[in-house]
Amino acid sequence: MEIKILGPGCAKCKTLDKLTHEVVEKNGIKATIIKVEDIMEIIKYGVMSTPALVIDEKVVLKGRVPSADELKQLLTK
Amino acid sequence: MKSYKWLLPIILLGLWILIYFNLQLVTNWLIDDIFKLTQGKHITDALRFFIFEVPKVLLLLVLIIFVVGIIRSFFTPERTRKALEGRSLFTGNIMASMLGIVTPFCSCSAIPLFLGFVESGIPLGVTFSFLIAAPMINEVAVILLFGMFGWKVAAIYIGTGLVIAISAGWVIGRLKLEKHVESWVYEIKADHAEGEEEKIRLTDRIQAGYTAVKEIVGKVWIYIIIGIAVGAAAHGYVPESFMANLMGKSTWYSVPLSVLIGVPLYSNAAGIIPIVSVLIEKGVPLGTALAFMMAVIGLSLPEMIILRKVLKMRLLLTFVGVVTIGIIIVGYIFNTIY
Repeated sequence: MEIKILGPGCAKCKTLDKLTHEVVEKNGIKATIIKVEDIMEIIKYGVMSTPALVIDEKVVLKGRVPSADELKQLLTK
Repeated sequence: MKSYKWLLPIILLGLWILIYFNLQLVTNWLIDDIFKLTQGKHITDALRFFIFEVPKVLLLLVLIIFVVGIIRSFFTPERTRKALEGRSLFTGNIMASMLGIVTPFCSCSAIPLFLGFVESGIPLGVTFSFLIAAPMINEVAVILLFGMFGWKVAAIYIGTGLVIAISAGWVIGRLKLEKHVESWVYEIKADHAEGEEEKIRLTDRIQAGYTAVKEIVGKVWIYIIIGIAVGAAAHGYVPESFMANLMGKSTWYSVPLSVLIGVPLYSNAAGIIPIVSVLIEKGVPLGTALAFMMAVIGLSLPEMIILRKVLKMRLLLTFVGVVTIGIIIVGYIFNTIY
């Protein structure tokens, strides 16, 4: 599974990046996590509010940081 | 479990009402019966003001941010964009400014939002109306103005903010500056597949309210306490004429001067309130103080630097210029009326 965190580097984007790493490690999810900071790349996903979470090229969450539980559900679905 | 989630906000609201409407009573009881402070002294008045105002403003903040958090869960940038697509210039400016108030916005999202709007064909002027209203008419600023100066000042702030956003966006639209957007912006092809929109239940919306309170109140409470403390302390202690001479009504340049000082400065809405409360306390006219506040939170150097990535210098300067002039005009109008 490929996880992308889209965000130009605001505080919430960093929080989401950190949280994703934590959840992935804690639950032994096999995934590569990529942080995308390039604004052109971000726009290509049609995202207008950051941070956004992309799983296997599909935007599953945007504009907010989810709770650890919600994130786990998204990642293990 | 389900009924419990419903019950909690209602119980909290009951508590809120109980505390809010008994604050004056508790304050007087503390000051007069517990501390037994001499009535009429400066320090007593200052303390009474502080003990009353801090919980009052914090309570207002918590309640309104909670409600705003719930309201905002209905307005995503995607929906706002859809609502604005295909609008004519003037109607578009009005709608964009109003949506700018309720759509969740953070200055770090300014670029993706700008690109997303322009890419889907929303006119530049309409996009700017949104970009002006969103940071300037800030819910924290409105609540604080309401709590400290009353509903009239808060309403004036919202009203004039809207007028500036609408007219500045309209002017920028009429100037036909599309070619001064960096050319790569028009080459972007974004994914417009809506995907399935997130299903949001009522409990999620209530949760959004709690999250908003935690995030926003958690960040700004300290500024509010400082602001009220400064307001309480300054009450009667600083020579009244000093500020009033510098920024007073009689000096014609007070409005442009305070706006020019305010533009490059950046502070969040909560941080600026202490300063505004001191200015007004010290006899700076309302229009000048509000103009200063709008300049600080509506325009900022960091935001300009971010926007420079998508706007050529000429358009960026036009944007700053038009908004600055708008704020100055509003400042003058209010100083004349009040």
